[in-house]
Amino acid sequence: MINLMINDQKISVQPGTTVLAAAKKLKITIPTLCNHDDLCVAGNCRVCVVEQKGARTLIASCATPVSEGMDIHTNTLKVRNARKHVVELLLSEHRADCTKCYKNQNCELQSLANEYAFGDHILLDLVEDHKYSIDRSSPSFVKDDSKCIRCQRCVRTCSELQSVSAISVANKGAHQKISSFHDKPMSHVVCTNCGQCVNRCPTGALVEKTYIDQVWDAIYDPDKHVVVQTAPAVRVALGEDLGYDPGERVTGKMVTALKQLGFSAVLDTDFTADLTIMEEGTELLVRLKKALVDGDKKISLPMFTSCSPGWIKFIEHKYPEYLPNLSTCKSPQQMFGALAKTYFAKKRNIDPSKIVSVSIMPCTAKKFEADRPEMRASGFKDVDFVLTTRELAVMIKQAGIDFRNLDEGKYDSFMGDSTGAAVIFGATGGVMEAALRTAYEIVTGREVPFGNLNITPVRGMDGVKEATIKIEGCVDAWKFLEGAELKVAIAHGLVNANKIMKMVRDGKASYHFIEIMGCPGGCIGGGGQPIPTNMEIRKKRMKAIYSEDENMVLRKSHENPEVVAIYKEFLDTPNSHKSHELLHTHYTERDNY
Amino acid sequence: MENTILNKVDLIFEKIEPKEVLIRAYKKSSAEIIQDMLDSGLKGRGGAGFPTGLKWKYTAAEKNPDKYIVCNADEGEPGTFKDREILDRVSVKVHGGMAIAGKAIGAKKGIVYLRGEYRYLLPKLMIELDSFHKMIKEIGFDFSIEYRMGSGAYICGEESALFESIEGNRGEPRNKPPYPTVSGVFGKPTSINNVETLVTAMMIINHGPKNFTQYGTKDSRGSKVFSISGDTPTPGIFELELGMTVQQFVNEFGDGDTKAVQVGGASGFCVPRKKFADTIIGFEGVPTGGSMKLFNSSRSMYNVLHNYLEFFTEESCGQCTPCRVGCQQLLKGVEKVKKGEAKSTYLTELTKLAETMKIAAKCGLGQSVGNAFKSIVGNFKEEIIY
Repeated sequence: MINLMINDQKISVQPGTTVLAAAKKLKITIPTLCNHDDLCVAGNCRVCVVEQKGARTLIASCATPVSEGMDIHTNTLKVRNARKHVVELLLSEHRADCTKCYKNQNCELQSLANEYAFGDHILLDLVEDHKYSIDRSSPSFVKDDSKCIRCQRCVRTCSELQSVSAISVANKGAHQKISSFHDKPMSHVVCTNCGQCVNRCPTGALVEKTYIDQVWDAIYDPDKHVVVQTAPAVRVALGEDLGYDPGERVTGKMVTALKQLGFSAVLDTDFTADLTIMEEGTELLVRLKKALVDGDKKISLPMFTSCSPGWIKFIEHKYPEYLPNLSTCKSPQQMFGALAKTYFAKKRNIDPSKIVSVSIMPCTAKKFEADRPEMRASGFKDVDFVLTTRELAVMIKQAGIDFRNLDEGKYDSFMGDSTGAAVIFGATGGVMEAALRTAYEIVTGREVPFGNLNITPVRGMDGVKEATIKIEGCVDAWKFLEGAELKVAIAHGLVNANKIMKMVRDGKASYHFIEIMGCPGGCIGGGGQPIPTNMEIRKKRMKAIYSEDENMVLRKSHENPEVVAIYKEFLDTPNSHKSHELLHTHYTERDNY
Repeated sequence: MENTILNKVDLIFEKIEPKEVLIRAYKKSSAEIIQDMLDSGLKGRGGAGFPTGLKWKYTAAEKNPDKYIVCNADEGEPGTFKDREILDRVSVKVHGGMAIAGKAIGAKKGIVYLRGEYRYLLPKLMIELDSFHKMIKEIGFDFSIEYRMGSGAYICGEESALFESIEGNRGEPRNKPPYPTVSGVFGKPTSINNVETLVTAMMIINHGPKNFTQYGTKDSRGSKVFSISGDTPTPGIFELELGMTVQQFVNEFGDGDTKAVQVGGASGFCVPRKKFADTIIGFEGVPTGGSMKLFNSSRSMYNVLHNYLEFFTEESCGQCTPCRVGCQQLLKGVEKVKKGEAKSTYLTELTKLAETMKIAAKCGLGQSVGNAFKSIVGNFKEEIIY
């Protein structure tokens, strides 16, 4: 243990602990900006400087490990003056259009300015000296360099968490900026639109492209029937933006709020998550049969899940040779969109051209996905507008809804029923667990051999997880699988996706089925989720997801009554011709730069 | 006024039998070489002045079998050009110093990081390196050197940014600790030394540490090569004993009208005429990596300062706030004062900012911008304002 003093208080901590972390243990707050729990230390904003007795300079507390006998002071005149200068320096390069900014009141620089740099500024305004540009090319987010404070959280996120490196630092000195390959528009580089950078940006330099006004316009248009779907991970995180602690489930209040906002039908992406399990599970079993029994060499295994649009764009850029391994299933959002303007329209007797299909997603890549040319199976744009969890919170606030005191509402039908299997889609391993609950039962006629249906090996925050399930006691139709060992793996966060893809490419993986989610923790840690998102918060949201599952009466996708009904009334069987027409697609290779 | 003749020394370019010196070094133990360096009092010649013996001792103490000796030949400080001359004329001593350092710290690999603008030296250096490798192999050294080219960024002369550059990354200084002796290039224990330090080390082995300590002062032992430029009738490279006053220096190199000497380049200190007599050039006074620029009364110190600030505004790596934005503020600030758009008292605010840069910037570059600013503004305020 290392002994040191901070503000005249003694503390002993493990070697390697930073001064910042040691101070936190003493409940001493040191302001930070470039620091983020998910990322490596940068030590470049210098907001967290503190005084170390005997040192020539101040030290960055986030980047300095403790050493024996250190005597640290966090709030001396020298420290305060330096911090004030640093904050003012940052502000002098930053276009402080706070009242026009989407991040107003939710900006770390603004908070620091409130603490350290209120009143007249001494330093000169440098904003006009820079030729800042705004990149609106992505359908998912806006990159406004005039708000950027060069903390490089986004750069570290893109390389460390996502192994994408679509953005990096360019130029030096006054011209230093965060840029893409050859300064190309973000829509023309390897960016997956995952939004992890957006979630970590301390200012308004990276924000989701918002479609709030378009959705309001549609709601107010008497000629339109506005249908909304909500993704599983939204209900366990929305509360954070409305004053709740992380990990609170607000499903029922969210449904009521959506109805109060004026949506004509409040439906659930969970319904198409269950449908995904039927389609994808069947697809897997068919692939296994063709490969193992028929010896068909053309069948690509392992099969990868295809729910995460960040992951889809990643594989299109980085591993296009494995596109045939991707499940042909669309994501639950897009299945929902295709059905909203076909099945739902027919059932409710609404002209599909009058339907505006909105989705609430924990995700920014979903905005890109909805814009894909592949996603017009209904004859219209299947999903018209995608809002993030954060945008929904903004709408609820705009409408003046007293969220805490709302009644617990129920989803409308059709396409509002869900099971626990669908809910857990929101956490890493959830799709796998849901698929196994159904596939195992189809093949053996029995429930998966895990206590209370909880397939724990596929749960948790490990970057790459794997499990083997022995299939025994098959029903007649699946006898050929008797005794087989189904090997599955799960990766979340594209850095882990990259790891598993390298294993697959190098022939070091013998899996049959791999679930990949683009964001750390799966959708609960999506780029569109409330800010901040970090490991502690992801774990709380994950816990909430699993308790939502346990509280459901139905916990297996094939038991969803509306899913049973849609096959009977509309789709016939999983992987039917109609299913393929509406619910499946193929993706194409993209450049790798 | 004191007017002694400066003691010129010929150590760096002195003709020696390199093989003999290296054989002598080879026969010494690691501890003996390090002790020689400690006894000599040699401090790093790049400007920061860290005791070379200590640096080698710390690196030698590291257990990792993979270690590096890196020669910092990214001579980028405005006004220095001595390393170019050393590499051009006595590269064998640079390579020799690296082999000796390698022996001292237990490194088998050496890397010379050569300033991009010195690429023209490379073909000759490669030929000389080949014969050097042959020579040390004959002696028995298990050591080899490779060259890596810089690409013109000033910041890559900062040791940890230099490592990043060698590793193929963007040249940005790292957080310290860990220091290079623990985790340097490729994360391995590394001793990084200036070109001239390595040559001096070899000459200490040649003449013995005692011989070296007869030159200089207690805090600044030995001699050093100076790059002399500006308003002087005799610009060029001179090896001088450390410990002289600026007055003595000006008496020798001035043009009779010297009003200021910039010691240590853009990141160094400006010494005005009134302080010439009691400012010692060395670690007890104003340290220098070699750059000495003389300015006579025809020069505007505003222009000098403006030029330096423009330089730093361009050459900051841009990662830390105090340096990236601070440089822009100082530059724009003095421009405003000069144009009369800001009050002269604004210089006081800028000086406070320079003080923050000195204590809050991430690396030596940002920390040293304040030196030139404060010493020029402090001593030539009227020239900045009017």
